[in-house]
Amino acid sequence: MKRVVITGAGTINALGHDVPETLEAMREGRCGIAELDVRDADRLLVNIGAQVKGFSSEGLFNRQQMALYDRFTQFALVAAREAIAQSGLSFAGELAHKTGAILGNSGGGMTTIDENYRSVYEEGKNRVHPFVVPKLMNNAAASHVSMEFNLKGPTFTVSSACASSNHAMAQAFQMVRTGMSPVMVTGGSESMLCFGGVKAWEGMRVMSKSGCRPFSANRNGMVQGEGAGVFVFEDYDHARARGAEILAEVAGFAMSSDATDIVMPSKQGAARAISGALRDARLNPEDVQYINAHGTGTAANDKTESAAVADVFGRHADTVMLSSTKSMHGHLIGGTGAVELLACIMALRDGVVAPTINYEEPDPECALDVVPNEAREATVDVALSNAFAFGGLNAVLALKRV
Amino acid sequence: MADIRQKVIEIIAEQAVLEPSDVKMDSTLEDLGIDSLGLVESIFAIEEAFDIQVPFNANEPEESDFDISNVAAIVAGVEKLVAEQKA
Repeated sequence: MKRVVITGAGTINALGHDVPETLEAMREGRCGIAELDVRDADRLLVNIGAQVKGFSSEGLFNRQQMALYDRFTQFALVAAREAIAQSGLSFAGELAHKTGAILGNSGGGMTTIDENYRSVYEEGKNRVHPFVVPKLMNNAAASHVSMEFNLKGPTFTVSSACASSNHAMAQAFQMVRTGMSPVMVTGGSESMLCFGGVKAWEGMRVMSKSGCRPFSANRNGMVQGEGAGVFVFEDYDHARARGAEILAEVAGFAMSSDATDIVMPSKQGAARAISGALRDARLNPEDVQYINAHGTGTAANDKTESAAVADVFGRHADTVMLSSTKSMHGHLIGGTGAVELLACIMALRDGVVAPTINYEEPDPECALDVVPNEAREATVDVALSNAFAFGGLNAVLALKRV
Repeated sequence: MADIRQKVIEIIAEQAVLEPSDVKMDSTLEDLGIDSLGLVESIFAIEEAFDIQVPFNANEPEESDFDISNVAAIVAGVEKLVAEQKA
């Protein structure tokens, strides 16, 4: 078994267009949620979201590429460029053949779907652009990342709703750990903040119209975000041999399925994933200082997650910090675990724990240290990142300071 | 008004897989075996049937401005929304 480390990180999300901007916003507890700027917003009942602002594909991609890249693919490429540049790797020969891209995504090219349904249904057109299918397919982002960086190894997309990125990164971790690939590019991206995307979520009646307040007694739902997070996972010896900067070690993971309900979370399923990740990483609950919560801000998730953490950590539950950065960058659905991994890296590397902002009222059912409103300095040796998806699919990663 | 009551009962009965005659005005959704997903579906069906917007957030059912404590409360809520819409 190989040790696996992270040697590159990249992102774009509502808090920033790269990792330094995003971490600064997390340290400052800045909120990326604002009024939605989408077509036909006046017909939406939910008018807030964490949109990526000021993003233009001009200059980043050429005209031909822009015609092929949906917004979720553009986000993935921007994040992958940052991560791979930081890693200092270039891919040729055997390394190129063994390295692949495994990315999480849930909705596919929603902007493309939305625009083209409009065109054929609303405007009655009978012809669509030739690239509609290659733009909207869920694997478009992973494929374009592999093409841009010459990654010829295992490349595919993992789709498990809100756990997609964590499942994807767990899979990439496993490939490096077993020696199948010395390097893997992994993470996830999502862009659902278009009319049809938001309208579909409205139907569930779990969206907040006022803000994302995880673990706060007055929380009233989730707020969607968009963006991407991409990382370079590398065999520790491979990274050491070339003198690469190591951001953190990925120490273990676990996945579980609730096998109970398509939307309601289960404490047992979440707890099995958390305790499984600890076991896989050969860690005890008392070794963990920080957990990046799934923390969606819905009534159901936050109390179930708190109960699951309390069960697994027992008397140590009071000493572990559990924060939800969704309060700042929103819920990136299939890309969320990837952006949230940045908060774990910041805790391990910089000793700064990102806060749960908008925390207003304690909830006895979420009675853990949620790092309310202000970032905290702390020595963090081990961090977990939780993701619990619709469909009852759970994936938890364990990271260590190097 | 009797029409509204009848239609709401039909919607709830269909969701509960019961005959409309089995749905009593003092039945709670729990009595009828309707879970949170069934509730959200029932509210959607009510909105479609009466062309109204029901203020309901699944995160805070008690605080939504729409009482779902039993069938009578739901019927009263729908009557109010239909009247407001006509006004």
